[in-house]
Amino acid sequence: MAEALAPLTVFGKTEARLDRIGALSIAERPDIALASLAARRERLTSLEAAAPAVLGTALPGVSRVAGGTIRAFWTGPAQWLVEAPYDTHEDLAAVLKQNLGGDASITEQSDGWCAFDIEGDATIALLERLCAADTRAMTPGDVLRTTIEHMGCFLICEQAGHAFRLWTARSSALSLHHALTTVAAALP
Amino acid sequence: MLIPHPLLGPRDAQEFTYLGDAALIDRPDGLAADAAERFFDYGYLRDNPPGEHRELWFHEQGDRSWLVVTRNITTHEIVRVELARDVALARGRGR
Repeated sequence: MAEALAPLTVFGKTEARLDRIGALSIAERPDIALASLAARRERLTSLEAAAPAVLGTALPGVSRVAGGTIRAFWTGPAQWLVEAPYDTHEDLAAVLKQNLGGDASITEQSDGWCAFDIEGDATIALLERLCAADTRAMTPGDVLRTTIEHMGCFLICEQAGHAFRLWTARSSALSLHHALTTVAAALP
Repeated sequence: MLIPHPLLGPRDAQEFTYLGDAALIDRPDGLAADAAERFFDYGYLRDNPPGEHRELWFHEQGDRSWLVVTRNITTHEIVRVELARDVALARGRGR
């Protein structure tokens, strides 16, 4: 009998990685499903009308996040990434396709990305050493894409000045983790 | 250098890549009788005036939109930034 296949995290483990460095915690979040959502040509208005049935709220505008259990964040004009808990929404892309497939192109993204939740009073000190984003000015629900050590990342503000979520490509997640932990350890 | 993105506000130029003259938006008709000649001009000929210059920039490490940046290449002042999509639509392109 073959053993059941168990998914591995970015670090090749079965448990999510958690680093506590000083007043900071950097937590890997393998438990989030991700899908991309892009309005089809001339279908933006009908997509915007249909989206609240799935998100519980309107699609977020420029550089904003919106939703509840299923949450979307703006990535570009008429484009979003959609997050949901993996346990209950492993089929996130299929659910979106079923509800919005006529107006938008949807692709499964869960295994292409890696999320880190950064929390603590030193979060701003960490991020301002790593990227050019004005994280100090970001309010909860703000999102922007920037680079950290040449790696593209989405930066979502969860709690102003205190908690941020970072989405990065899974293929470079170890390098990003190295950058985060190295800089965190060097904070005064 | 900061580029004032029409949607996102001022963003570091490091996040952008540069393509070239915004005249590249006006791609010739590939089925025209003189298509070969027009594509030669389109591919190789560029005006290189001092002063204001319209250029295509790509916000690669941002929202991935193409911009038309009007920049004074003698003073480096950025005069105007538009979404390339809006410029193309205004010029009668389909998208």
